[in-house]
Amino acid sequence: MSGDALPAARETLRRRGEDPHRLGHRAHGREAVAGTGRGGSGPASKRIVVGYGFWIFLLSDVILFACFFATFAVQRDATAGGPTMRALVDMPRVAAETGALLLSSYACGLSYAAANARNKLWTQVLLVLTGLLGLAFVAMELQEFVGLAGRGIVPQRSGFLTAFFGLVGLHGLHVTLGGVWLATMVAQVQFKGFRPEIMHRLTCFNLFWHALDIVWIGIFSIVYLMGASA
Amino acid sequence: MFGKLTWSAIPFDQPIPLITSIVLILVILGVLALVTVRGWWGMLWREWITSVDHKRIGIMYGLLGVVMLVRGFADAVMMRSQQAFAVGAHRGYLAPEHYDQIFSAHGTIMIFFAAMPLVIGFMNFVTPLQLGVRDVAFPTLNSVSFWLTASGALLVNISLFVGEFARTGWLPYPPLSESAYSPGVGVDYYLWAIQISGIGTLMTGINFVTTVLKLRCPGMSYLRMPMFCWTTLASSLLIVAVFPILSATLAMLSLDRVFGWHYFTSDAGGNPMMFMNLIWAWGHPEVYILVLPAFGIFSEVFSTFSGKPLFGYRSMVAATLFICIVAMMTWLHHFFTMGSGPAVNTAFGISTSVIAVGTGVKIYNWIFTMYGGRVRMTVPMLWSLGFIFTFVIGGMTGVLLAVPPADFLVHNSMFLVAHFHNVIVGGVVFALFAGLDYWFPKAFGFRLHEGWGKAAFWLAFIGFWVTFVPLYWLGMLGMTRRLQHVWIPEWGPLLDWSLAGVAILVAGAAAQVIMLVVSIRQRDRRRDTTGDPWDGRSLEWATPSPPPFFNFAQLPDVEGEEAYWTIKLRALESQRLDPEPHYQAVEMPVNSAVGFFTAFFATVTGFSLIWHIWWLAGLGLLGAFVGFVFFAWRDVHEFHVPAEEVARADRARRAARTALLGERGAEAAAS
Ligand code: HEM
Ligand SMILES: [Cu+2]
Repeated sequence: MSGDALPAARETLRRRGEDPHRLGHRAHGREAVAGTGRGGSGPASKRIVVGYGFWIFLLSDVILFACFFATFAVQRDATAGGPTMRALVDMPRVAAETGALLLSSYACGLSYAAANARNKLWTQVLLVLTGLLGLAFVAMELQEFVGLAGRGIVPQRSGFLTAFFGLVGLHGLHVTLGGVWLATMVAQVQFKGFRPEIMHRLTCFNLFWHALDIVWIGIFSIVYLMGASA
Repeated sequence: MFGKLTWSAIPFDQPIPLITSIVLILVILGVLALVTVRGWWGMLWREWITSVDHKRIGIMYGLLGVVMLVRGFADAVMMRSQQAFAVGAHRGYLAPEHYDQIFSAHGTIMIFFAAMPLVIGFMNFVTPLQLGVRDVAFPTLNSVSFWLTASGALLVNISLFVGEFARTGWLPYPPLSESAYSPGVGVDYYLWAIQISGIGTLMTGINFVTTVLKLRCPGMSYLRMPMFCWTTLASSLLIVAVFPILSATLAMLSLDRVFGWHYFTSDAGGNPMMFMNLIWAWGHPEVYILVLPAFGIFSEVFSTFSGKPLFGYRSMVAATLFICIVAMMTWLHHFFTMGSGPAVNTAFGISTSVIAVGTGVKIYNWIFTMYGGRVRMTVPMLWSLGFIFTFVIGGMTGVLLAVPPADFLVHNSMFLVAHFHNVIVGGVVFALFAGLDYWFPKAFGFRLHEGWGKAAFWLAFIGFWVTFVPLYWLGMLGMTRRLQHVWIPEWGPLLDWSLAGVAILVAGAAAQVIMLVVSIRQRDRRRDTTGDPWDGRSLEWATPSPPPFFNFAQLPDVEGEEAYWTIKLRALESQRLDPEPHYQAVEMPVNSAVGFFTAFFATVTGFSLIWHIWWLAGLGLLGAFVGFVFFAWRDVHEFHVPAEEVARADRARRAARTALLGERGAEAAAS
């Protein structure tokens, strides 16, 4: 290979003397901290990468919900002469739903502690309990919807009801899909044990389940509490 | 049984779509036959379809994007010729309902299935190499993303033959897009195609945010990352922030259409303006999702071919992040005329103009990068210079549109059409061609033909201006967009000029094809044996061309910005490479068919939802679920590349590098 490959690199070496301070070209960045995937210490561990990626996903999911919250805020009063939020709220039922979901989250957290202690029996028991409480939540919500439909309160009635069923329904759908995921997690823990990738998935599932709780708190306050008092 | 699907969905009575579809089907059958005859199926399946290698996935994205670019360009040629012919008493050759489908398909395909896949393709191919790592954060998910995008593209193209496409433009504004006014399946094709590919894009965003933030080689701190990695990060952050809005909006419109809900209807408390706000809260950031990586490509090109570090690197990073944030605060400029009132319009007019400041910083930085450098006028450099000229003008017409009173005059006119093509073609498409020429040797191991590349540039550059200057003019004269027929004969000549420009663009496209054919035939002469054909500065040029599937035998240890440049200068000065590392086995993810199967079931589900074949949709979802569980059940996720294989590959690379150091280095290598 002749000397005319790498023209720019050779030129730079030749001209170095002209720019001793390497203006606009000083090294940036502080020293790296090893093992964190931060500050350039090399790729992070698989566990950190998986957890981090899942957090990013959750943020995007929160934005999805934010859109439905926004439509609810916009269409709250677009009742088209139909029922208002006040006519919808059945406080005791909503309280029961909230209780079921929060307890389910609690059970989920305990199951994660059990998994960290590598206790299969308790992990499974608590995961199943998580699922049953989630199921109770979904069942109560479905019953609520069916009851409303019986009174002619359906999304087709008005913009407001569309936004209401859309927001609450989206959350219910998330809980349902989370339940399906939970069922496969139980099976995986049963047959595969606490292998690293199963632990990663349990971490993600926990994050998901707790995030759904947080969203529900938003729905509970903004849709139901504020609706009942409006 | 088959929902709304009947034989009448096939356009037997419309020659244009019918013939196009038949030709398309024949081409596809021909390709399939060729693959079968040559016995390539096994290779295709193992090395491409199930591949989770970011470089292969990047190349597949590129291929998809190029094919769709051609399809979209064919639509453009039809629209321009229809408008040139259908003036006054003449009717042209496209019926209104057909013309409406063409402009809708053109915009949809160009943005979602040409520009996006090409941009994401570059992100895939380049980013991990520049970061000095072996793959993205979630390789299998990456494959799922690609195949979902392909599934969306397939659905749009099926609409050509089965049913119809939307007539509502690339953003289906309600109430027109509601079932009351668009009862056919066109809008449903749009909705499900974009919904499916949008989910793929969202996962790409998540993947690349995680990759850039968590997977960098040792020493690669944030402010040492190449500019392209920064723009990948910014673009991916925008994807994560706004693609959920797109999903939500399209889901709402689907609920309206399928179940008669009232999100955006004009009766019963529905609110069409809510759609405008939601869709543009996604739509404006979307243009920056496209153009930020394009800026990244130009940054790499300017710095490499000026032989200088990027001028004002830190201000470039700041400008990128500034644009990333402000991009989310300007959406209302798309509907100044829809009654938000002077106060709101003023606020958004200002925020829109402010974005130009960030872009201006970048333009100056690129110019100063060239200043004092020894500029090499290669093909990528030509595209980049053409970009500066074109984009500055497109940006200025954009700032003009950002002034609400001025916008009232030219909103939804041909002026607007000229503006956004000015920035999308001059910004994104030019960048894609620059990047193609720049990274092609890295991907395929040989350089593209310079002469034909330059011809392609000049034809595209001139053709672009001849096409779109008349459109600016027509917009000023008052011609609105999306006209299937033009009543005013004085507009005829300008429309003819525009058509002439398209002819030049067709010649440019032909030059690109010839460039590819000639280069492929001369590939043995054009081989890049060094891995560093352009005298580059970032880590992708430290690998051989094409790179081994594990990219780096040993992850580089970065000591400053311009990682590879530092290594190269040291080697050149001492006429010796850094000492040979102690090679170790490398762990790589195994191939996976989950992406392909997910996309298969997504296509089936999407198609059945479009035609209301509910049982099949259920079956499709079930299939996808079973596929996921099957995937989750795998026991083997990784395989080991033995240390000897790694060593063999890297010693070959080192030999080529040593030869590159110059005569003295070559002698040392020989002895
Ligand atoms: C360079 C060749 C191109 C030509 C000649 C061309 C021409 C046109 C024409 C005539 C229209 C419709 C005008 C009308 O509605 O009356 C249009 C719309 C549009 N084009 Fe292009 N185009 C080209 C390339 C592109 C590219 C590369 C992109 C994107 C990456 C793009 C994105 C769009 C979009 C988003 C619309 C709006 C569609 C709508 O109205 O819904 N075009 N183009
Ligand atoms: Cu905009």
